[in-house]
Amino acid sequence: MAILEVDNINVYYGNIRALHGITFNVDEGKIITLIGANGAGKTTTLNSISGILAPRQGTVKVFGEDVRQIMPHLLVPKGVIQVPEGRRIFSRLTVDENLSMGAFTQLDKAHNAKNRERVLEMFPRLRERINQIAGTLSGGEQQMLAIGRALMSNPKILLLDEPSMGLAPILVDQVFESIQDINKTGVTILLVEQNAYVALQIAHYGYVLESGQIVLEGDAKTLIDNEDIRKAYLG
Amino acid sequence: MSFEIIASSFQHKDIEQSQLRRTLKCGAIGGGTVVALCVFGLINQFMERWIIENLLSLAHAAFIGITLTVGALIAIRSPKLSPAARIFQGFLVGMVSGVFLSILILIMATFDIRNMFVSLSPKLLMFLSYGFDPYTACAVTIIVGGVLGLIGAAIRESPPWLRKPLITGLATAFFIGLFAELLQLAMQYETVDPIRDYMFTWEGQTLTGAITMFVLGFVLSLFWVMRGKQVMANHRAKSHASQRSIRYFLYAIAIVLFLLFPMAAGSFFGQVLMLVGLYVLMGMGLNLEVGLAGLLDLGFVAFFATGAYTIALFTADNEHLILLIDRPLTWWEALPLAMFASLMMGLAFGIPVLKVRGDYLAVATMGLGEIIRVVVLSDMASPLLGGSQGLLHIPRPWIGDFELNDPIHLFYLTLISSIIAAYFAWALENSRLGRAWMAIREDEDVGQALGINLVNVKLLAYGLGAWFAGLAGAIFAVMLGSIFPHSFQLLISINILALIIVGGIGSLPGVVVGALMLIGTPELLREFGEYRFLAYGFVLIVMMRVKPLGLWPSAVRKRELAAAAEAEAQMRATSGQKA
Repeated sequence: MAILEVDNINVYYGNIRALHGITFNVDEGKIITLIGANGAGKTTTLNSISGILAPRQGTVKVFGEDVRQIMPHLLVPKGVIQVPEGRRIFSRLTVDENLSMGAFTQLDKAHNAKNRERVLEMFPRLRERINQIAGTLSGGEQQMLAIGRALMSNPKILLLDEPSMGLAPILVDQVFESIQDINKTGVTILLVEQNAYVALQIAHYGYVLESGQIVLEGDAKTLIDNEDIRKAYLG
Repeated sequence: MSFEIIASSFQHKDIEQSQLRRTLKCGAIGGGTVVALCVFGLINQFMERWIIENLLSLAHAAFIGITLTVGALIAIRSPKLSPAARIFQGFLVGMVSGVFLSILILIMATFDIRNMFVSLSPKLLMFLSYGFDPYTACAVTIIVGGVLGLIGAAIRESPPWLRKPLITGLATAFFIGLFAELLQLAMQYETVDPIRDYMFTWEGQTLTGAITMFVLGFVLSLFWVMRGKQVMANHRAKSHASQRSIRYFLYAIAIVLFLLFPMAAGSFFGQVLMLVGLYVLMGMGLNLEVGLAGLLDLGFVAFFATGAYTIALFTADNEHLILLIDRPLTWWEALPLAMFASLMMGLAFGIPVLKVRGDYLAVATMGLGEIIRVVVLSDMASPLLGGSQGLLHIPRPWIGDFELNDPIHLFYLTLISSIIAAYFAWALENSRLGRAWMAIREDEDVGQALGINLVNVKLLAYGLGAWFAGLAGAIFAVMLGSIFPHSFQLLISINILALIIVGGIGSLPGVVVGALMLIGTPELLREFGEYRFLAYGFVLIVMMRVKPLGLWPSAVRKRELAAAAEAEAQMRATSGQKA
């Protein structure tokens, strides 16, 4: 069942058209990836879903509800959360404080404690550094913290924006493994990536964006083997 | 925020300088300061003010103090020289400073430049040349400068058991002399008459008094230098429980002394402390906005004004009175109204600037603050608010049959309000709302992405911050008994912002320290008129250079500093490995 429906959205920055009628669906429990080069419109699509940008035409529906009718901050209690590009952790606060900020909309303390435990189990590195200032973490740890912070809100849909950005290859593998683990707990994931190869390896289904349009879509397995994709993104 | 960029852009670099250059530089610092004091006219004021009666004026003390300091400075800055050579460097530096002053003396003796520099009067020349002819005076100045620089360097080079008591003794005698008048005001009791007469005349501190103070400071400090470590070690050796009880006992004494102080010291101190208290209240309010929520606000005075005007409108017996019941409200009845009005003003204030961030926000709020003042001044609002005539005859609050009419009474009112407000501020800081403020301070977009309602949270920051200022305004109105639009200038907003930065942004104790420093001290130095603001500006600059995090930084800020130092050390270590 599609819990996230993007229907023919057109997004403009001023007079510049960034998205040309993007349409796709995200089914519950799946990892869906949007891949494409710099400036293809991946982040714009994500921001339209999370309500930061408003499409001029077209609709975005989460759980059947039009996101334009929902204030951006109210998406979180509905179960949609975005891990922004470049991690954007609260670098002056501790790891623990960052995590508790993620649980801002969750008032049940016992539940939060359990959630925190779950996150720390998934990312043992964060437990080691629980009282450290987040800004002093390494890039990979910061990405883990950003994802962990998002998980604290109990999401049903996790929007990930370029989690591999600026990470060493070994860390990329670690982070993507965690993403797969999160998916196995029942969280639907929309993954936006430039690093097409790693994204397609863990995704179920993929869309390829180019200049604000979807040029190709298909099962991740078939996309990986696609000649055009190989040429353009996988080298 | 822009402040941090300013504070952090400074990087210290050790560039090897030649000794000559170092000496000249230190000498220029001393000489330049002395000449500047003369040109600005401070010395003219200082020379009429005795630190020790008929012996040492404040002007002398300033010259001596500055020269001693640069003498010590060169000793610190020349670590590679032998001690004797360092002391000699002190002599040279003192002479260089003297040369600067000599040039000023020669210029004053030869040309008449009073058209440009009003303060360079013949009287000043007389003072600077001790009655000698200019050339002798120059020679004397340079030699005396050299000797003082030498002493300064020698003090710096002397062992700590001598240096610390010496400095403490000198400082004690100096400050007692500087505040002689205020201390005498505070000592108007028959029981302390003999002490007072021994220490002071109405002209200033007596020589015997100064010597006594010096000895007192010296001995106490000497004791601490010799035995302090052992005392502390004994203290630490005790159990945690007894350590804590000693600590609480000391706190209790400090609090009782503080509570009794204005009552004992008289109205003047009461007045000063009360003003400090008002700024503490406002500082706590602005701290919610700037320190916690990161919303820079330069229009804060508008909320202060709202509180004051609300009190005036509902309680003051004049033609602008608004009658809610058949008589004017009492202060206590109007107080909730005043705070509510300020809160509403805060919300109204927040709406137009919701989408403005950072430096732009400072400018926008400054504009809003000015609009409020101009509206109050305008003819349009004057039938309601009295225009530039202000609102007069604001009655004092009563508790039963007791009228709070003395500044000391009002001080206690301010104190109690501050304590209640501080509790609220503390509770807010640690609440869910406080966390939301912290999140949007760090990153507004991410805060929203985590489910924080930016609109509500920002408006609450403005509203609750304004609530504190409204309380301060309500007390301010009864303190003066009448209020005018010109009491609510932009400068007040700037002062509040400055005091929370100096105290340490985001820190509650910092607000108190900052207010004492920036509001209390200038009030105590009122006799120097506008010159005290020179000191104020100077303190601000020095503070931001020396302690950019403030006098009492909040825990978060301290951690940041530690983290930055750690990261730097790590970087050094790794770069060292590579090399």
